[in-house]
Amino acid sequence: MIYRECGVFKATYQEDMAIFPIPLDRWGVMVILSMAFFVIPFLASDYWLSSILIPFLVYSLAALGLNFLTGYAGQLSIGHAAFMAVGAYTSLILYGRYEVPLFLSLLGGGLVAAAVGAVFGIPSLRIKGFYLAVSTLAAQFIIEWGLTHWKWVSGGVFGTVDTPPMKIFGWPIDTPAKKYYLVLCFVVGLTLFGKNLVRGQVGRAWMAIRDMDVAAEIIGISLFRNKLLAFAVSSFYAGVAGGLITFTYYGAANIEAFNLMLSFHLLGMIIIGGMGSVLGSFFGGGFITLLPIFINQFARSLGAALRSDLLACIELIIFGGLIIFFLIVEPYGLARLWQTLKDKLRLWPFPY
Amino acid sequence: MKRGSTMIQGNDGQPMLRVEDVHISFGVLKALNGVSLEIPQGGILAIIGPNGAGKTTLINVINGVYHPSQGHIFFEGQDVTARPPQHIAALGIARTFQNVALFKGMTVLDNIMVGRNLIMRSNFLSQGIYWGLAQKEEIRHREIVERVIDWLEIEHIRKTPAGMLPYGLQKRVELGRALAADPRLLLLDEPMAGMNLEEKEDIVRFILDANEELGTTIALVEHDMGVVMDISDRLVVLEFGEKIAEGPPEEIRNNAKVIKAYLGTARQK
Amino acid sequence: MTFAIEVAIGGLLVGIMYSLVALGFALIYKSSGIFNFAQGDMTLFSALALVGALTFLPLWLAILAVLVTMIGLAIAIEVLVLRPLVARPPLTLFMATIGLGFLLEGIGQAIWGTDPKGLDIGISDIPFKVRGLMISQLDLLGAVLSGGLFLGLVWFFQKSRTGRALRAVSDDHEAALSVGIPLGKAWVITWAISGVVALVAGVMWGTRLGVQFSLSLIALKALPVLILGGIDSIPGAIIAGLVVGASENLAEVFLGPYVGGGIQTFFPYLLALLVLWFKPYGMFGREIIERV
Repeated sequence: MIYRECGVFKATYQEDMAIFPIPLDRWGVMVILSMAFFVIPFLASDYWLSSILIPFLVYSLAALGLNFLTGYAGQLSIGHAAFMAVGAYTSLILYGRYEVPLFLSLLGGGLVAAAVGAVFGIPSLRIKGFYLAVSTLAAQFIIEWGLTHWKWVSGGVFGTVDTPPMKIFGWPIDTPAKKYYLVLCFVVGLTLFGKNLVRGQVGRAWMAIRDMDVAAEIIGISLFRNKLLAFAVSSFYAGVAGGLITFTYYGAANIEAFNLMLSFHLLGMIIIGGMGSVLGSFFGGGFITLLPIFINQFARSLGAALRSDLLACIELIIFGGLIIFFLIVEPYGLARLWQTLKDKLRLWPFPY
Repeated sequence: MKRGSTMIQGNDGQPMLRVEDVHISFGVLKALNGVSLEIPQGGILAIIGPNGAGKTTLINVINGVYHPSQGHIFFEGQDVTARPPQHIAALGIARTFQNVALFKGMTVLDNIMVGRNLIMRSNFLSQGIYWGLAQKEEIRHREIVERVIDWLEIEHIRKTPAGMLPYGLQKRVELGRALAADPRLLLLDEPMAGMNLEEKEDIVRFILDANEELGTTIALVEHDMGVVMDISDRLVVLEFGEKIAEGPPEEIRNNAKVIKAYLGTARQK
Repeated sequence: MTFAIEVAIGGLLVGIMYSLVALGFALIYKSSGIFNFAQGDMTLFSALALVGALTFLPLWLAILAVLVTMIGLAIAIEVLVLRPLVARPPLTLFMATIGLGFLLEGIGQAIWGTDPKGLDIGISDIPFKVRGLMISQLDLLGAVLSGGLFLGLVWFFQKSRTGRALRAVSDDHEAALSVGIPLGKAWVITWAISGVVALVAGVMWGTRLGVQFSLSLIALKALPVLILGGIDSIPGAIIAGLVVGASENLAEVFLGPYVGGGIQTFFPYLLALLVLWFKPYGMFGREIIERV
């Protein structure tokens, strides 16, 4: 009875198609957003802002992009981190070398990543299934090689390239709180855009392609346009995320930060969080970002001081184990669990 | 329910669909061997024949899924042979499939909405922004889809994922998806397979209504002879990839070749 | 010219070793329809286990011990991972094997440590000369072993009853069940065979590169081999391995200097992409025809 849905009558299709048709949902999201914008920056410690919230937001954004491609459109991609790298280097070059305003540089990073993503999406028009999955690995390796070996990009420097200090309209973005705001604005804006995409015709076309692409083609959905669109959009999100994390977290562009392991982490995020769900991308992003911290705290509370490499092994074990666990128990991930919880709350405390 | 443009310019008197001497083989198997037929505007044509006769192959050829090695398909006078399936769908031909080809992960509502894909015009940027152009269009098409849903009496399951529906309802939703595209020609591949009597009656009613109220031309592949004889204007009988008979139901019913094909002949003693 | 031939031969021999890993993938796919992303980590795991066993057992006993371990592992995987996921779409199983890979990596390194170890099985890597060409003993042994395995497996799948049953399983789990093929047993057999292949690959590569985390990355090299040859084709794995090995080496040596080197990481992928565009199921893979 807490989570009430009865008594909520939608009088127009508009209301029925709203993102949050149930008032309680709407209020909940309003509260969370208000807290995110107005409360957290003042109450949270610098550590939390820079080391936990910013990575959480950025990786969730990248995971959201991957969700569009893999969760909605059904094209498995295991090289997603490479597109983050493209965005990272592009935005750095735009801002640092050509003094393009920060906001535009970040978007530019996304656009270039989108173009590259579309190119790597071309094989999906002929290749399917596991063959396609392995082909997406090509993106990871080719892009890694390209960014490090192409002198114009890497500036002849192997390794890291520092980011210049950030400014928007002359206003410096130097504190963790300000960086957090920058990231938050991008993430909220792009998430809204993404949600609109998936609840509209584009999302439906993607899901149709995922479920039965032969039939989708026959009823008139262009596989060419929609698959490439999926690759482009997902890479756009990855590119923006890559740029954001370069400027606000790492302070430098380093190809190592966008390695194959990150691609797997992103895939894990959407598996655990929920494929085909915008909310799931955030659940997964939060989960994976917080996992190492939890393991550390847990180990410490047990009194055991774990060597860092043993810690890394435990992380691997838990990561792998959780993927298997979720696939067996709840293949639709945490998002579905959350939905089920809400469904149960509809009747609680009268579970008849 | 909204009618698509029913008066097709310059098509008076011409058949809606003309299949001319179509041949197609899969490897050594000759699936269609010189099949020709015509469907008049607003008519109901049934394509029957024993299993393996090539009925679904014929539908697939009309649809653009297979390309014939020889022969032509004319839709409203236009040669559409070997065009890609999306192109043919855009011209106004919709179909249902022998094995239900619903998008199992999507709700009924979404499945039918996606049927309007070719008619919805907003590009992805305006969809992402939503409020404004895209929203208006979504609402407009939602109204139309809701009318289809009402008409097919599936309001109660509109938010159910299609994969969770019983078989009979899935077929009905598939019909809805095809109808949502405002087609001028509807190709139905065994729409009644696996249904019980009540479900069949419902589907027959919908098919007839679509034909009478909306003027949709219908080509129907079906095994249920009772239904076929009742509702079709003309029949075409295929066997081993060839047309062995064509004509109104009464003629076909008494056609010796057809009877032989379906039932076989008694052995002479 | 001699140099080019040496490079090519070296590449061919390395290629056969790639084939070995690709073989493991193809095996499991061929008999259960599952793309086992954990093959590389199984290779690492078996190599680690062997190094661990060698610390207190003589060579042949150690190998036996690891074999037993790999079979045990196969049973564990079947019970804990495959059985609960039996009727799920192939994509789900694939993702489960990704998780499995991490699990194995973590467990292996937790037990035996993450520092690189040497693996010595008594074969030196010193090359010897054949007709003026330098060839590595180890590579040669790897080639011979792979060839033997390959022939044995082809015979197994084509001629033996179990092999036939396994091929049925790969085609359609439920259909195979319905004709009475014991799915669980079939899978244990396949994964055990795959484990053995992983062990052989692990030993070969481990001797060459040392046993460490990067061993599991060999799988990433083997993947383009796999898709080039066709993911369910055993001959494809061998041929594609040769092609990739040779071309990768030749490309690196002759094209590399023009573009800054490091081509080997992605060249096989590029090659595979090119071939797949024209043959979407690899050179010898089975085409999947979807009917509507």
